[in-house]
Amino acid sequence: MTPGGPSGAPGVVVVTGVSRYLGAHVAARLAADPRVGRVLGVDPPEAGGEFTDLLNGVERVRVDAGSIGGLLADLDVDAVVHLALVSAPDPQHGGRAAMKDQNVIGTMQLLAAAQHAPRLRKLVIRSSTAAYGASFRDPAVFTEETEPREVPRGGFGRDILDIEGYVRGFRRRRPDVTATVLRFAPFIGSTADTTLTRYFAQPLVPTVFGRDPRLQFLHFEDALEVLHRSIVLDRPGTYNVAGPGVLALSQAIRRAGRVAVPVLEPGLSGAAALARALGFGRYGLDQVDLFVHGRVVDTNRLERKFGFTPRSTAAAFDDFIRAHRNGVLVTRERLAAAEQLVLDGVRQVRSTAAGERS
Amino acid sequence: MSGGVVSEQPGDHWDRKVASGLAFLRGRLAGDYEVDEFGFDPQLTESVFHPLLRLLYRDWFRTEVTGLEHVPDVGAGLVVGNHSGTVALDALILSAVLHDQHPRHRFLRLLGADLVFRMPVVSAVVRKGGGTVACNPDAERLLDSGELVSVFPEGFKGVGKLYAERYKLQRFGRGGFVSAALRTGTPIVPVAIVGGEEIYPMLADVKPLARLLKLPYFPVTPTFPWLGPLGMVPLPSKWMIEFCPPIATEHLTDSADDPLVVFNLADQVRETIQQTLHRLLERRPDPFGP
Repeated sequence: MTPGGPSGAPGVVVVTGVSRYLGAHVAARLAADPRVGRVLGVDPPEAGGEFTDLLNGVERVRVDAGSIGGLLADLDVDAVVHLALVSAPDPQHGGRAAMKDQNVIGTMQLLAAAQHAPRLRKLVIRSSTAAYGASFRDPAVFTEETEPREVPRGGFGRDILDIEGYVRGFRRRRPDVTATVLRFAPFIGSTADTTLTRYFAQPLVPTVFGRDPRLQFLHFEDALEVLHRSIVLDRPGTYNVAGPGVLALSQAIRRAGRVAVPVLEPGLSGAAALARALGFGRYGLDQVDLFVHGRVVDTNRLERKFGFTPRSTAAAFDDFIRAHRNGVLVTRERLAAAEQLVLDGVRQVRSTAAGERS
Repeated sequence: MSGGVVSEQPGDHWDRKVASGLAFLRGRLAGDYEVDEFGFDPQLTESVFHPLLRLLYRDWFRTEVTGLEHVPDVGAGLVVGNHSGTVALDALILSAVLHDQHPRHRFLRLLGADLVFRMPVVSAVVRKGGGTVACNPDAERLLDSGELVSVFPEGFKGVGKLYAERYKLQRFGRGGFVSAALRTGTPIVPVAIVGGEEIYPMLADVKPLARLLKLPYFPVTPTFPWLGPLGMVPLPSKWMIEFCPPIATEHLTDSADDPLVVFNLADQVRETIQQTLHRLLERRPDPFGP
């Protein structure tokens, strides 16, 4: 397959969000792939200079989302990989307003530019399983066809719905472009640093009282693999990307050797207070909804079309546990020791009682 | 006595019991168990929920079970029953009975109303026990993977009916359970449950209070709310459960959207259960008999 040919690996790839962890790793991996001609890492002008070592083979372009159109046309870009999403508001960088700006407006501008890029034939969009929303009437397992029953309360979930709406419009206007939407489960792994990994790294982990949501994780390296394949292969459509299998939240906390602290679930008005109590003051209602309803997706389509099965949720979580040994309160050794202690105690009491009887 | 693996220590009957109980507790506390995509925790169900329910159905309700041979040994099956009892205890009893007494010890996956999943604690427990929301995607997913699924199409109309209405089957709704069975070609096994109606005989329904608490009904029984928590103890009625011969549906897979076929089949199931109920009631002259 020649770079820039009619199908397969693209010649010129634009990756957005390379100043962030995911974007940097995806761009670096593309740059290392001989099938890919040229990798351009796009970032807003104010972005930091992280990951410079990683991004050796990547040409970095600083341009704001509004003027990306010229870039796409001038450089004969074949493929665009849109990863510049913010999953949680950062009060130091404009909070929720800036988050929405980047997620929704940023995607809108990118898609508008992409629509007018003559040579473009591939578009890969990072989405999230948050697209399914959260409600009590939801089916236990979401397939790609499941429509959300209720609009999510959380900002990120709403942004995701908006973004996927724009992609649908783009698909209608540019049917010649292979558009791949990847709905990722929350990332986890030994190196990933996300809201969820910080949550599970606490020794005492707050949970919602009376709820034990089913969770799925995706190993960060598997996310990279799926993104890479969706760029060098042609896989149009929408895909759930998650580690097969399920962990209950209580089970995950126990496996991590942490201790769950149930917090009462107040009414809707108290949800923000709950978010703070859960240690998600910065992150809002997306995680609260996740910790009440849980979220499990069907990954059959991914496995069939990509010929790739991510490592299971349990395995991905194990990898995370191994890397976060400190903060563990309950270890297997301590549990076994406690078990032995109780058993010995019971035996001692019984033998004493038996001795008194005889 | 020290060191080594606890379960390998010698000892008498009680010693082994204590040791295995502790080993179970350690496994639970370390998270060493599997949960399926619906949240079903077979280990917890088998070692905690079912033993409790066994005490209820065997010793308290003196349950007699017939027709277990009609429940398939392998593969999917849709068990459809009558619902009663103010609290949906019948569904839980049915699943414990089936797992205990069926030759293959099959787990029954219950489909519950979304209200069940709105309530904290209850929702978590029901999911761990193998239940999920009564909706077609979940029903079909379970049936497609060869599970034994149970539905109570009367829903709250059945559970929340007055004592005067006992053993009168309520409306079966749209027959969504029939479409799920048809689409997956799953046999339908009707089941009649006698005894559930007398455990909390509902004399009145305080509708304003129900609306206030956002519940489908607010029951008044001879003991509730008068005796407070004591009123929650179910009356020791005599229970009889009969599984009826399965109704095959493989030849109807194309008719899942045909309302006539769906309604007729739902009616057939409803009639079978109603007649079986009458028959069982004749065999049980005294609701609180031996």
